[in-house]
Amino acid sequence: MTTDTLLEVENLDVNFTGHHGVTRAVRGVSFALGRERLGIVGESGSGKSTTGRAILGLIPDPGIVSARRMSFQGQNLVGLSDGEWQKMRGSRMSMVMQDPKFSLNPIMKVGEQILEAYRLHFRTSQMDARRRAIAMLEAVRIRDPEQVYQRYPHQLSGGMGQRVMIAMMLVAEPDLLIADEPTSALDVTVQNQVLRILDDLVTDRGMGLIFISHNLPIVSSFCDRVLVMYGGKVVEECLAGDLAEAKHPYTQALLRAIPSLVHPKEKLSVVSRDPEWMN
Amino acid sequence: MDELIQVDHLSVVFRNGGRMVKAVDDVSFEVQHGETFGIVGESGSGKSTILKAIVGLVKPENPSLLIDSKPLGNERTKSDRKMMQFVFQDPYGSLHPRQTIDDILREPLLIHGSQNIDDQVREALLSVGLELIHRFRYPHQLSGGQRQRVAIARALMLKPRILLLDEPTSALDVSIQAEILNLLVRLRENYGFTGILVSHDLGVVAHLCSQIAIMQHGRLVEIVTSEALRSGVVTTEYTRELLVASRGYSR
Repeated sequence: MTTDTLLEVENLDVNFTGHHGVTRAVRGVSFALGRERLGIVGESGSGKSTTGRAILGLIPDPGIVSARRMSFQGQNLVGLSDGEWQKMRGSRMSMVMQDPKFSLNPIMKVGEQILEAYRLHFRTSQMDARRRAIAMLEAVRIRDPEQVYQRYPHQLSGGMGQRVMIAMMLVAEPDLLIADEPTSALDVTVQNQVLRILDDLVTDRGMGLIFISHNLPIVSSFCDRVLVMYGGKVVEECLAGDLAEAKHPYTQALLRAIPSLVHPKEKLSVVSRDPEWMN
Repeated sequence: MDELIQVDHLSVVFRNGGRMVKAVDDVSFEVQHGETFGIVGESGSGKSTILKAIVGLVKPENPSLLIDSKPLGNERTKSDRKMMQFVFQDPYGSLHPRQTIDDILREPLLIHGSQNIDDQVREALLSVGLELIHRFRYPHQLSGGQRQRVAIARALMLKPRILLLDEPTSALDVSIQAEILNLLVRLRENYGFTGILVSHDLGVVAHLCSQIAIMQHGRLVEIVTSEALRSGVVTTEYTRELLVASRGYSR
């Protein structure tokens, strides 16, 4: 996969300095990403979203990102200027956030938001961009794209909002998409459709995908490889299909905590945390 | 008969200007004493609206709700409210940010003029697995799982006969979800409440419920037992779709 590596991350740290000292949100994370689907799983606070944001240069002050190496398609990402990040984000790498409610502009029609994203990266006529935005809405399986184009974010359901977000992020055809819990707000049947859209983009266009999620069944069935994060560290890396045979006690405990439809049990196991895992 | 809650041809219509949305369309089911009944469906399928109609937060089109075979009125009386309590999905939004946990747990007792309020608040905290040190904290000082425990404790303060649970664990991590589900199972044994659980997660619903209604576009598609759901013996295409989707991604 050497020639095909999109992203390389070596020893990534993200620290936040606050009143109570330094919070080490991400600690020594290393991985390489090809044109594949890489899952990052973990609980809230495990540093999975922060890792995704650090790759896009989206860690706000007072957060400090440091890495021995972080490069995207051979280009060094450490110490990029704001202007250089601007060129990078959107057209080459992009991120779908968790919550469409906070990520869409509430006073702008959603179609126009997609159109704006497209025209930021492609010189084209208003008409053409509009067609493109509607085609994108259609691609994320929105039933009546012409009508949804005219709506404001508050007029969308959570699932629709999320699909609009995905449409907006994909309209500029990035090579790397970081999707942070993109399907958590969606219904299970729609979830599969959205995953299929992402899947097609990886297989047809050779996009790299980092799929951040707390949902282990989805990650293990959808991704190629999985990183399991705990306390800011990667505690396990394995092929997605092998997640059920995970080695780390934390991963095993997480898997056991899921209420299974097929194998019911009276009492669910809870995760007892070993301080050792933090070292 | 032994049913505590009867939903008999319930319809809820939202009117917005000239538009009419039939959120719940002619839904009927019964919940037995002590049972936890599950409702599964996608967002917008009307599952939460059924709960809201039962507690009186939205008005049904016609009188269609019976408790102990007696019809519920248009407005909920004080004793109706004491009988049924609600746990919401979002533990971040459902607790008053400027009230301490003590204030939050005390309020239902004050409204209903209970005695020994201090003892009851302490007992409630402990019964949901919180500690006394949490009593005078504010919601923002607690984790999501702890807040949901507070919401559950508040709902149980009045020892309601009916507990309505609207996606009580969907905002929580799986490890925390496991703790809350275990807590609900234990509390159900101790308090013996009758419940309706709304969720989009088949695993969660099957864990707590024996009978499960599947909803789509405001209509009740079918009612299945959790065993039937487990073995895949379902009659409608839609339920089958939900089952396939619950196993994760499939091409």
